[in-house]
Amino acid sequence: MTASTEYLISSAGSGEVTLARTIKSEWVKFGTLWSNRLLAATAVLGMVGIGWVASFFTNHDWDHLRPRQIARFDAVDTSLNGWNLAQLAIGVLGVILVTGEYGTGMIRATLTAVPTRRPVLWAKLVVLTVVAAVLMTATSFTAFLGGQLFLGSHSTTLGAPNVLRVVIATGLYLTLVAVLGLAFGTLLRNTAAGIACFIGILLVLPAITDVLPSSWQDTVVKYLPSNAGQAALTVKADPALLAPWTGMAVFACYVVAALVCAAVTLTRRDA
Amino acid sequence: MIEAEGLTKRYGAKTAVDGLSFVVRPGIVTGFLGPNGAGKSTTMRLILGLDAPTAGSVTVNGSRYARLRAPLREVGALLEARSVHTGRSARNHLRALAATTGVPTKRVDDLLEMVGLADVAHKWVRGFSLGMHQRLGVAAALLGDPHTLVLDEPVNGLDPEGIRWIRGLLRSLAAEGRTVFLSSHLMSEMAQTAEQVIIVGKGRLIADLPVADVINRASGSTVEVRTPQADELRGLLADRRIAVTPIAADRLAVNGVSSSDIGLIALENRIHLVELTPVLASLEEAFMDLTRDAVEFGGATHPALEGTPR
Repeated sequence: MTASTEYLISSAGSGEVTLARTIKSEWVKFGTLWSNRLLAATAVLGMVGIGWVASFFTNHDWDHLRPRQIARFDAVDTSLNGWNLAQLAIGVLGVILVTGEYGTGMIRATLTAVPTRRPVLWAKLVVLTVVAAVLMTATSFTAFLGGQLFLGSHSTTLGAPNVLRVVIATGLYLTLVAVLGLAFGTLLRNTAAGIACFIGILLVLPAITDVLPSSWQDTVVKYLPSNAGQAALTVKADPALLAPWTGMAVFACYVVAALVCAAVTLTRRDA
Repeated sequence: MIEAEGLTKRYGAKTAVDGLSFVVRPGIVTGFLGPNGAGKSTTMRLILGLDAPTAGSVTVNGSRYARLRAPLREVGALLEARSVHTGRSARNHLRALAATTGVPTKRVDDLLEMVGLADVAHKWVRGFSLGMHQRLGVAAALLGDPHTLVLDEPVNGLDPEGIRWIRGLLRSLAAEGRTVFLSSHLMSEMAQTAEQVIIVGKGRLIADLPVADVINRASGSTVEVRTPQADELRGLLADRRIAVTPIAADRLAVNGVSSSDIGLIALENRIHLVELTPVLASLEEAFMDLTRDAVEFGGATHPALEGTPR
């Protein structure tokens, strides 16, 4: 025992906690949980799969489509429609990145190792943003390019007006959604609450506001986080929504605001 | 060195820690003893900066935990509540913690070997027994080779071999000059491991003294004597103003003098002693005497049961 203890003294080194080291720690954590990989894979495969299958069958069944369906057909939207599923998977990934630690008690080890706390949030933010941005942008391009292949004669190209903007904006929107999940997870510290809040704001809130008086709808609805962020996801701008990049900027502001709240509460509350 | 000064923590209306002041010195194992709910775990959470004190302060090596630049290098902690993600392997858990302070993976593997988890290093923590959890917690606490160790109920769930192992480990770490602070609700555990003991009840400090003193204080140095000449001895002791209580025709309970002194008195007066037994109150009794008023969840004693010999 004594011999091994002496040896172990020499191998520890001096170890100041830095943001870079915290990021490395979070990177190790991120890569060593199956639940994270599963959710990332669900987002990627779900979006690509839905886009490709929808594109294939739209092309295959083109002659049987009703005129109304053909009138509404959008080659970009058909191949990228899987973002609906992807936003759920990647958002939940953001939530559980934090709530998984609270649920298991890991957070106590994490905050004991990095007692200033906020670097933990920034490190998770960096890891999640890099992973989500790379994966979701690649997924968006893969879903689009493969989808166009399956659409055959009904396809469009990246060079067509606004198409490249939609493909890039889809990846960006999904990245921001992941970060929003991270902020909700940090604020609520509970997986069920985090996911419920996330789904409530992105999916339920727009549905609820449908019953508001129409004068309210015109002014309020387009500023909802989901509507603002999704304004950039269509080739033809929806006049009821904000301009594409304006909308994305508004959505990003919501995400930053949620992150600031998360950072403030993280250091104020007992762990 | 851990120093608490007027440390207080309230959760709503409930006061978990109430004006606690103490110093935990390096070089010895210091026990932190109290009944369940006495505020031991809360105090440890305050030491580690997981909770913020309502009033007062606690420092490690002179600075607040949150101000430490390399916390895992200075303080190793084992909390009573589990603090590991069960979906990760033991090795990856330690790797993630090690990364925050630049500890190489080689040391992670060495520590897994040392705590006896090398065989299950790649297995999910989900399947670990309580004892394996404790061993993993000890490995995590030792990651940064810290000067100070804070351990909440470290023997919990360990088998006898594991308990012996951790006692030896803690004593050798203290012998190297480190500060070792461990909590327990068992006085007997403290007697085996600690030199100094800080006793708390209802969040307040009850005593801060060497373990040996606790034992002495509680034992009251009673000696039981069996002799056919009980009356004669009783008279001799009473002459010397020594408290004697007859127990039976041939038995006396003597308070306040050592068995050696009683033997000497008997020898000088040619009294035949059959038995001469120092009676040590059990350590648990000693502890219960000290904390009697501070037991939070003590069951209401039925009047008919009071006075029942323990």
